[in-house]
Amino acid sequence: MVNVQILIIEILMAVFGLGILCMGLLVPRDSRRGIGYVTAVGLAVLLILAFVMRDASGVFLNSYIIDPFGNYFKILFLAAALLTAVCSFEYVEKTGMNQSEYYSLLVLATLGMMILSSSGELISLYLGLELMTITFIILTGFHLDNSKSAEAGIKYLLLGALSSAIFLYGLSLVYGATGSTVIKQIGFVVATNGASPALVLGTIFLLAGFAFKVTVVPFHMWSPDVYEGAPTPVTGFLSVASKAASIAALFRVFFVALPSLNSFWVQLFIVLAVLTMVLGNLVAIPQTNIKRLLAYSSISQAGYLLLGIVSFSVLGVGAVMYYSMLYVFGNMGAFMAATAFYNSDSSDEIEDYSGLAQRSPLIAAVMLFSLLSLAGIPPMAGFIGKFYLFMSIISRGYIWLAILGILLSMVSVYYYLMVAKSMYLGAPPEGSKTIRVNSSLQIAMVVSLLILFVLGIYPTPLTNYAMNTAVTFFMP
Amino acid sequence: MLSTSTSTLVFWFLTILIVASALAVVLLRNIVHSALFLILTFVGIAGIYILLNAEFLAAVQILVYAGAIAILVVFAVMLTRRGDISESNLFNKNYLAAGVLCLALFILNTFLIGQTFWTIKSGEPPLNNVGAIADAFLGRYVLPFEVAAVLLLVAMVGAILLARGVNQDQ
Repeated sequence: MVNVQILIIEILMAVFGLGILCMGLLVPRDSRRGIGYVTAVGLAVLLILAFVMRDASGVFLNSYIIDPFGNYFKILFLAAALLTAVCSFEYVEKTGMNQSEYYSLLVLATLGMMILSSSGELISLYLGLELMTITFIILTGFHLDNSKSAEAGIKYLLLGALSSAIFLYGLSLVYGATGSTVIKQIGFVVATNGASPALVLGTIFLLAGFAFKVTVVPFHMWSPDVYEGAPTPVTGFLSVASKAASIAALFRVFFVALPSLNSFWVQLFIVLAVLTMVLGNLVAIPQTNIKRLLAYSSISQAGYLLLGIVSFSVLGVGAVMYYSMLYVFGNMGAFMAATAFYNSDSSDEIEDYSGLAQRSPLIAAVMLFSLLSLAGIPPMAGFIGKFYLFMSIISRGYIWLAILGILLSMVSVYYYLMVAKSMYLGAPPEGSKTIRVNSSLQIAMVVSLLILFVLGIYPTPLTNYAMNTAVTFFMP
Repeated sequence: MLSTSTSTLVFWFLTILIVASALAVVLLRNIVHSALFLILTFVGIAGIYILLNAEFLAAVQILVYAGAIAILVVFAVMLTRRGDISESNLFNKNYLAAGVLCLALFILNTFLIGQTFWTIKSGEPPLNNVGAIADAFLGRYVLPFEVAAVLLLVAMVGAILLARGVNQDQ
């Protein structure tokens, strides 16, 4: 008898996603707005279910792993998807996008992330990755009467296909060199037989494939254009959840299958982390479009996340898990504020944010504190996250890397505060009105703001949860 | 079953066919010719499957790739072409840099793969490989199989949505 019941969350997600798709055919056109609400409620129920089942563990057919590590990331994806869905209500209606398909793809992308982060086997890992990527390609190009969105979709499609090819080639080399696609089995073979040249080559290709998804320099070229062109809620979701999912899969492949090669790949990750932090932070400075600014900021955040991988320790894994969770709220907060502003003014330019604090104190405050959390300023949760990441590499002796990271965080404060300056010190344009934000988006913004404050002042529950989960995942 | 020397000969013939036609896909200037060489590549790969005693896979490869996908590619080219078809698959100005980079990567890969000792699975291939594939799909690999189903559905929904274009709802 196969233990299908441990896949309950994945099965419910798939059924839910397909159900929304069917609902679009049954519901009359003028009441399709309700589909968004149904999606949000469903995701909230699944989020609670995932939280209740966070200690579940088991292995499905030797290849799909349910463990606290994967469950932690499931909670993260569902939280991000829920915020994205709430953020989308008005945006989708205003831009006239197909409601049921939009929400259905959102749910199925989340399913892809779950499969990616829980796979203990390379074939299902690859299929999860593709499910996530292809859904995101469609969502990126979803805004059909906007040429930037179409351009972003094509760019993501072409470069995504290239990165998939590289990733697949890496998988085939790893399979050829070890004779197995099960990650644990690969780890066992590598530990007993040592690394062959083909395995090293495969590792490099896998690294490049993951680096593309996590927008690590020099594999980041696609992200600013795609982030700018995609519908704003989709950009938010893409920048937090798909990154977290790829990082989770990266942990499974590099920490479980290839830990004996760590002295080799840690060097590669150091180079990538330095490049990513430096370029992401410096290129963000001259940006004038809020979505491009957040794209480069998100590249630099990927650099900080890599520090946890460089440390190759329990503390590093826990720090990455903690940081990616509050990155969800920090970044989604900023994107929710950008969406609320776009809903009213149809603009993403930072100069149009001038005087926003007078027109809508809520949007301005959410944007400000989310950006401060991304920058890592003390009362906000981002500070604790960066603190743990830097601790994890200092404990491994990379003090210079921590100092570099801290210096570049200072740089990031500059461009984040440029947005704040425009919002708080600029004068609102002539004849502009106060901005009305619909109540569901208001609630979502306030909740994510509260979470950022609470986790900044009292982070212990989440850090304990992340660290304990990291211990169960990774024992060096 | 072929003898070892015959199968080696067939393998090299097929390999040269696949690599040469794949290169032709990239290098030819007329995109219809490229599409036709793509079919040849797919057929060559089907030959490799037969050599590996995977006849069913070979049949699927010919039906799906050489039959359906390549024809679709040709159709798509015909429906969307603009201007001169003989100048439809051109190089951009970075071809020299790209060529050098690819050659370097190729040499590095060949060197590293040549350095590796490959373990070769011995033993007889299964007699009934359709049954083996069915067992794998609905047994050990049922999860990736189902995920692939969802993936294809998503891709289809997306293709319809994006191809249908704007303002069909009004």
